Amino acid sequence: MSGAVLSVENVTMRFGGIVANRNVSFEAKEGAITALIGPNGAGKTTLFNCITGFYRASEGRIGLWSDGVPTDIGDLITKPIVGGSHLVTRAGIARTFQNIRLFKEMSVIENLLIAQHLSTTNNLSSGIFKSRRFNKTEIEAVDRAYYWLAQMNLLEDANRLAGELPYGRQRRLEIARAMCTSPKLICLDEPAAGLNPSETRELSQVIQILRSEHDLSVLVIEHDMGLVMSISDHIVVLDHGEVISDGTPSEVASDPAVIAAYLGVSEEEVA
Amino acid sequence: MDNAVKPVLIVKLAKEALFTFVIALIVLGPISGLVLEGFSFRTELARALSLAAVVAAGRVLISFLLGTRICSRALQRFNRNSGGGVTVRKGDEKFPYAVIALVFMAGLSFPFFADKYILGVAILALIYVLLGLGLNIVVGLAGLLDLGFVAFYAVGAYLLALGSQYIGLGFWSALLIAPFLAGFCGMILAFPVLRMHGDYLAIVTLGFGEIIRLVLTNWLEFTGGPNGAPAPAPTFLGLEFTRTARQGGVPFHEYFGIPYSADYKFWFIYIVLFLVVSGVVYSVHRLRAMPLGRLWEALREDEIACRSLGVNHVFTKLSAFMLGASTGGLAGVFFAVHQGFVNPTSFTFFESALILAIVVLGGLGSTFGVILAALVLTILPEVLRDFAEYRVLVFGILMVVMMIWKPRGLVRITRPAFFPSSKSVVEISTNQALEVGR
Repeated sequence: MSGAVLSVENVTMRFGGIVANRNVSFEAKEGAITALIGPNGAGKTTLFNCITGFYRASEGRIGLWSDGVPTDIGDLITKPIVGGSHLVTRAGIARTFQNIRLFKEMSVIENLLIAQHLSTTNNLSSGIFKSRRFNKTEIEAVDRAYYWLAQMNLLEDANRLAGELPYGRQRRLEIARAMCTSPKLICLDEPAAGLNPSETRELSQVIQILRSEHDLSVLVIEHDMGLVMSISDHIVVLDHGEVISDGTPSEVASDPAVIAAYLGVSEEEVA
Repeated sequence: MDNAVKPVLIVKLAKEALFTFVIALIVLGPISGLVLEGFSFRTELARALSLAAVVAAGRVLISFLLGTRICSRALQRFNRNSGGGVTVRKGDEKFPYAVIALVFMAGLSFPFFADKYILGVAILALIYVLLGLGLNIVVGLAGLLDLGFVAFYAVGAYLLALGSQYIGLGFWSALLIAPFLAGFCGMILAFPVLRMHGDYLAIVTLGFGEIIRLVLTNWLEFTGGPNGAPAPAPTFLGLEFTRTARQGGVPFHEYFGIPYSADYKFWFIYIVLFLVVSGVVYSVHRLRAMPLGRLWEALREDEIACRSLGVNHVFTKLSAFMLGASTGGLAGVFFAVHQGFVNPTSFTFFESALILAIVVLGGLGSTFGVILAALVLTILPEVLRDFAEYRVLVFGILMVVMMIWKPRGLVRITRPAFFPSSKSVVEISTNQALEVGR
């Protein structure tokens, strides 16, 4: 484990008078699986949206280190004219969504080809006249898509509509699609939501493969504690928009603040 | 059919017939049964009754036919086809080169068989094919509802008319400049509005279309206002299609030593237009298999997911808008050169609605569907010229029927299949995945 791949420093996110995140700071280590947990409404997804550039944090800094080069996420979003969340993805953060967002009326392969739009030849004339370079990059893109389908065990679905797949497979396809952008850090928003136990086991394997085989750092929001405790190296607990605990799984599991946040405190203790 | 079912069926049919009869009488009675004579009127009850009876009999006949086995099977098949919407191809379909080549040759040789009137209709139909293809990029592929598409059509048409008037542009130079000018107008419109979604975008584009039309109507000194402006006739390598050429030039028919005919000009326009349409059809066909076309469709499906994949949604939408506008501009040049005259009444909102109807009827995104719909919607009014007053009514009924039975358009949309370049790519990665999984 080397340095941090993502550093969140004093991030506060306000929506009008509502404070969704207050002074949140944590680091995600390179090559590690970092989990972000907390009760419903704790501000996990808001923080995710700040990290992936969908929201501009009201205060604080979010920095991404890719190959030792720091990038400030806030700068990318606010760049004039060309700025936007797409630059965050190009900088190396990929994400999936809590409610699956696939291109449902396109085929599985096409979903993966779209994610590779930066490595294909997008030039109009080269596409219309099928230039050699265009054909070469297209073939490479299709092969890379098949590679990721194989990794996610989705090969037999390659030429089906993405919307036709069963729920668990759609989840894996979304991860495959995010991986096709060749990220440094992948952010998974509740990847196990709605999966049955065997699918969850498969998912935890997939996440571990991503980390070990593709030297990827993973940031995951998850409610399935079994999954979180078994795969993560580092857990950050949020409650009411604030970090209440930060440490290894065993540290967090025995932290009284975390237990209080999840289970509540008995009335005598409050008194 | 059992004997037990039969009486029920007959009662049902009778009820239907009675119901239809009454409705028909209410709808048709006042129109056909009352004849005005000065300030009074006389009633023609027999006429109204017989009309209603014909309608009722027709209704019974239809229900009876639908009850028979052959019909219900056909209906089932029809419904099945329209159900799913999108399918992925298997990848073993053969591309119909022979059919395409045949259609291309037939289209190219069409003027040699057609008379002047039919050729005129064909030119108009092809112009609408071009417009439909252009709007299909914006609405069908990129999913941006554009109600002011006619503005770019007007830009192309007026470019030829005013360009020849002020700076001496000819047909060919206008044809080259029009896509760029219309695309530029598209960009000017698109930049401020592309951050809007759905309905708002539709309203702004509607406004833009009206602005262009109002400017054309009111800027008397420059555009000629409601009086319009003449557009120059086309030339072939500098040869004119008139009986005698201006300033000592040689007209087309003298140069080739053939007798003069006023039709040559239309033959020429048709053939150039046909080639341009073929080119655009090919480009759109390629676009759908290109990263840019895929990005448009992805943007239509889910914009947020696109952004999460690093797609610059503003530029992608902009490119769709500009390419669509360019195609509209091309169509405008052909319209102007065919009419020989342009004025703002050709570019009303009704045109935009018609083009949108073509795209919707063809099935958003399907090239073949759009071509088919454009041909149907332009040729149908010519065929139904006797019923000219009911044209819009027929149109409306057609749209309603379509929305009920084929909401996804005339042609079913298919998606291309992709396969890895070699088996080994897949095998290696599968083995890897299995090993790690163990």
